[in-house]
Amino acid sequence: MSITMIVFLSLIGLGLVLSFLRMLSGPTAPDRAVAVDTMTTIIVASLVLLGFILGRYVYLDVALVYSLISFIGLVALARFLERGF
Amino acid sequence: MHILGIVVTGIGVTFLFLGGLGLFRFPDVYNRVQAGTKCTTLGAFSTVVGVGIMQPGWFWKALIIGIFILSTNPISSHSLGRAAYKSGTKLTEGSVVDKAREFEQYREEQ
Repeated sequence: MSITMIVFLSLIGLGLVLSFLRMLSGPTAPDRAVAVDTMTTIIVASLVLLGFILGRYVYLDVALVYSLISFIGLVALARFLERGF
Repeated sequence: MHILGIVVTGIGVTFLFLGGLGLFRFPDVYNRVQAGTKCTTLGAFSTVVGVGIMQPGWFWKALIIGIFILSTNPISSHSLGRAAYKSGTKLTEGSVVDKAREFEQYREEQ
């Protein structure tokens, strides 16, 4: 692993930690939902980068399925926040 | 080609970090939606396409993931912001415009 990839992974991890802190301390429920939305997108990007670093093609499939499931879950969560059930 | 991929991935990673920072620092739900969606959409798309440029055999599947992120991320953030407004979350103190409330008043006057 070269020094460039270490810098990239630490930047991604820093963004992930900041949005995780927002998810822990969000004053209202939509704050936490927005933080989870940001975290899933960052995790998809970091999965693809991690697959490149480790040299495994399977990680791209994992990232695709993960983004699909998180999209469906977030739309359902927004519907729940809007209407109440 | 490898240098180009590293530059594109670096741009994407920087925007991902800036999205997390904006999500942590902004004062309001709507500002956080804006920061956490725009920065992360560009950042994730650029990171995935940069990995596809660095590894040319992976390019088409990486492009599919990027286009999927580019098309679904605005939809989910739009529905989250709409749900936050409909469930009565207050705007922050220094806000100067509320177009949705103006539209409601305009529709009641009609």
